[in-house]
Amino acid sequence: MDLTWSESEQHFREECREWLRANVPAEPLPSGDTSEGFAVHLEWEYLLHSAGWAVVSWPAAYGGRDATLWEWLIFEEEYYAAGAPQRITQNGIFLLAPTIFEFGSRAQQDYYLPRMSAAQDLWCQGWSEPNAGSDLAGIKSRAVRDDERGGWVLSGQKTWTTRGAFSTHLFGLFRTDPEAERHRGLTYFLAPLTAEGMTVRGFGRLDGDEGFAEVFLDDVFVPDDDGTTETMAAGGILGEIGQGWGVAMSTTSSERGLTLRSPGRFRAAAARLLELAHDQIAAGVDLDPAVLDAVTDAWIDTEAYALYTLRDVTGVVEGTPAGARSSYNKVFWSELDVRLHEAALDLLGAEAELDGSWMHGYEFSLSGPIYAGTNEIQRNIIAERVLGLPRK
Amino acid sequence: MRFAPTEEQAEFRSAVKALLADTCDIVAVRASWGGEVGRHTDVGQGNGRVERAWKGLADMGVLGLLVPEADGGMGMTQDAFVGIAVEAGYAGLPDPLIETAAVAPPVLASSSEPLASEILARIACGEVTVGVGFGESPIVPCASTADWFLILTGSAAHLLDASAADITPLSSVDGARHLGRVNWNADDSTVVVSSDSDAVALAAARNAAATFSAAALVGLSHRMIDMTVEYVGERRQFGVPIGSFQAVKHELADAALGVEFAEPLAFNAAHLLSVGEDATVAASMAKSRASRSSQVASDVCLQLHGAIGYTVEHDLHLFMKRAWALSRQYGDFRTHRAVVRRALLED
Ligand SMILES: Cc1cc2nc3c(=O)[nH]c(=O)nc-3n(C[C@H](O)[C@H](O)[C@H](O)COP(=O)(O)OP(=O)(O)OC[C@H]3O[C@@H](n4cnc5c(N)ncnc54)[C@H](O)[C@@H]3O)c2cc1C
Repeated sequence: MDLTWSESEQHFREECREWLRANVPAEPLPSGDTSEGFAVHLEWEYLLHSAGWAVVSWPAAYGGRDATLWEWLIFEEEYYAAGAPQRITQNGIFLLAPTIFEFGSRAQQDYYLPRMSAAQDLWCQGWSEPNAGSDLAGIKSRAVRDDERGGWVLSGQKTWTTRGAFSTHLFGLFRTDPEAERHRGLTYFLAPLTAEGMTVRGFGRLDGDEGFAEVFLDDVFVPDDDGTTETMAAGGILGEIGQGWGVAMSTTSSERGLTLRSPGRFRAAAARLLELAHDQIAAGVDLDPAVLDAVTDAWIDTEAYALYTLRDVTGVVEGTPAGARSSYNKVFWSELDVRLHEAALDLLGAEAELDGSWMHGYEFSLSGPIYAGTNEIQRNIIAERVLGLPRK
Repeated sequence: MRFAPTEEQAEFRSAVKALLADTCDIVAVRASWGGEVGRHTDVGQGNGRVERAWKGLADMGVLGLLVPEADGGMGMTQDAFVGIAVEAGYAGLPDPLIETAAVAPPVLASSSEPLASEILARIACGEVTVGVGFGESPIVPCASTADWFLILTGSAAHLLDASAADITPLSSVDGARHLGRVNWNADDSTVVVSSDSDAVALAAARNAAATFSAAALVGLSHRMIDMTVEYVGERRQFGVPIGSFQAVKHELADAALGVEFAEPLAFNAAHLLSVGEDATVAASMAKSRASRSSQVASDVCLQLHGAIGYTVEHDLHLFMKRAWALSRQYGDFRTHRAVVRRALLED
C-alpha cells in the first residue's frame, strides 16, 4: 500500500486548485437543468475547455491533458471541493466518451471527441422508453435499413432523457433486427437532435427543473459512415450492427462505477455537512444525539467510498477492472447520498423545508437509487453476477 | 498511490489461506470447542486451540511477522498482517492470533524491559501465546492456555505470567473462545510500557486490536456469505433453488455490500499503523463498520438457512457466534462510531 501522492501529483493538485480558485464563480450558477441555467453552464464549459480542464484524462489532441486516472481523481476532488458548477456535459464526457474510446473507429474518435470536450456537441442518453425502463432489453424503437439511400431510418420514442431539451445530440439503442429477441438485434446509434424527424419535448422533474425530455423519432435518417465528416455529422453507429447491447454495457458500467460519481463529490458534500453540524452546535440548536450519529455515519461512509475507489482505480491501472462489481459502487454512493442529505435536513429541523441548497441536493439525491439502473436491479446483478446465485 | 497489498503480501496471504484450509477445517474448529458448552452436542473436549494450525503459522513466520528482526521475527509492518487476519476470520481460527502476533509485538517492541524482548523471541517461534486484555479485570479469550497476559490499562501495559495469574473461567456462547477473567490489581512491578515512556505505543495497541478484529470480522462475514450462497443454490422449495427468489438475493446482496465497504477501512487502518500515523479514527471507522456489517451478515445468513441454520449440527453457528463475540470485543459499532463522532464534532 502506498497512500501518498507523488510530487508531480501534488503539483497537479496545486495547479488544479489555483486555477479553480481563480475561476470558479463566486456565486453558485442557476441550475443547469433549466434553459437559462444551461446557457450559463455552457459558458463555464467553454472556459474549462479553453484552459484545458474539461477532460483532463483525455489525450491532448482531443482537448485533454493526458492526465492519469489518479490525476483525474485529484482533479475531481479539487473540482467539488472548490464548489465548481455541475457538469452539463457529463453524459457525453463520462458516459458516451469511454464507449467511443473503446468501440469507435479512429475517424469517429477524431471527429466526435474534440467536439464533445469543447461542448460543441452536447449529448443526451437515449436508453429508456415509456415501456422499457428497468427492462431495457424490451426497447421498441427501431432502425430500419434503407439500402437505396444507404443508411438507417430511426423511429420510436425515448424518455427521461436528461437535459434532452438543451442537448444537440442523442446516443441510444435501437432495434435493428425485429426478429431477434431481447438483448440481441440491438444497435448503438448516434444522431443529431436537429435531424429531420426529431422532436424533443422537455418536462419537469421532482425539483421543478426541466431536466427531463421525451424524444420522438419519426423516420430520422442516419447515413452509413463513409469516413467523411459529412456523414458523421449526420449520425452513426458505435460498434457492430446487432451488438448494441454489449456496447451499451460499457456505458452503464461507467455510469455505475467511478467515472460518473467520483468520491470527490461526496467528500465535498460530507465536508459541508460537517460544517452545517458545527454551525448548528455553535448556534445552540438542540440536537438529538442520533442526528449527530447520522452525520458521523455519512462521513464514515464517504471515507469508505473514497477508499473503495482507490482500490478500484488501483485495479483499473493494474488491469483488473471492477466489472459487475461496479453495481456495489452504484448502490453504495446513491444510498450514501440520500442518507447524507437526510442528515442535513435533520440538522436543519423545521428549516429543512426552506427552498435552499440542502433541500435541492436532497431532491436530487433521491433520483440516485433510480437512474443508472435502479438499485433493485443492481442488487439483482450483485446477487447473480458477483455472488453467483441462480438466475431462475 | 496504490491501494492494494504488494505482490509478496498477496502471495503470503494465499499461502496462509491454504495452510488454514488444511489445518483449521471445520472438524478442527469444532474440536476446539470446550466440554462445558458441549452439553449442546457433538462438540469436542477442546481447549480453544488448533495446534496444527498454530504450528504451521509459526513455521511460516506469521507469528513473528511483526516481531523485530533483532528479536527473531520478520520485522514487517501491519499492512502485511491485515489480509492474514481476514483469512483467520474466514477459517474460524479460534487461537489468539491477533492478540499474540499483531497486538502484543509492537507494544513489547517499544519496551526496554529484557523480559519483553525475551517474550518477543518466543512469540516468533510459536512457543508462547499472549492473551490481551483492556482495563482493570479484563475478560480475555483463550485465557486457559495463554502463557502471558498483556493487560493495557489507561496508563500502562502490564505483562503478567499466566501461570501465576488468578483466572476465573467464563463460558462464551462461542465454545471455542475459552474466556477467562483475569483477576488482577495493577502494580508497578509488571509494567513493560507506561504512558510516560510511550503513550503512542499504548494507543496503537488499542487501534491494532480494533483494526485486526475488524479484519477478522470481514473474513467471518465472507465465510458466512459464501456458506449461504452455496446453501441457497442447492436448497429447493417450490421446485426451484431458493437462491432464485429475489427476496433472498437482495438480502444477500445487502449483506455483501456492507462487508465490501468495511474491508477497505480495515486495510486503511492497518496501513496507518504501518506508517506510524495516528490510526484512532481510522481503526474506529473500520471496527464500527465491520461490527455492524458482520451482524447484518449473521442475521441474513441465519434467516436464509431456515431451521437447519438454527442447529448446532450445522456449521453456520461456529462462525456466527464468533462474529457476535468479535463484533463487541474491542468495542462495538456504536462505541467506535462515537469515537469518530467526537473527533469530528467535539474536538
Ligand atoms: C433523474 C433521472 C435521470 C434519468 N436520465 C436518463 C437518461 O438521461 N436517459 C435514459 O435513458 N434514462 C434516464 N433515466 C431513466 C432511468 O434509467 C429509469 O428510470 C430506470 O432505468 C428505471 O426505469 P423506470 O423508471 O421505467 O422504472 P421501472 O422499470 O418501471 O421500475 C419501477 C420500480 O420497479 C422496480 N423493478 C422493475 N423491475 C424489477 C425487477 N426485475 N426486480 C425488482 N424490482 C424491479 C424498480 O427497481 C423500480 O423500483 C433517468 C431517471 C431519472 C430518475
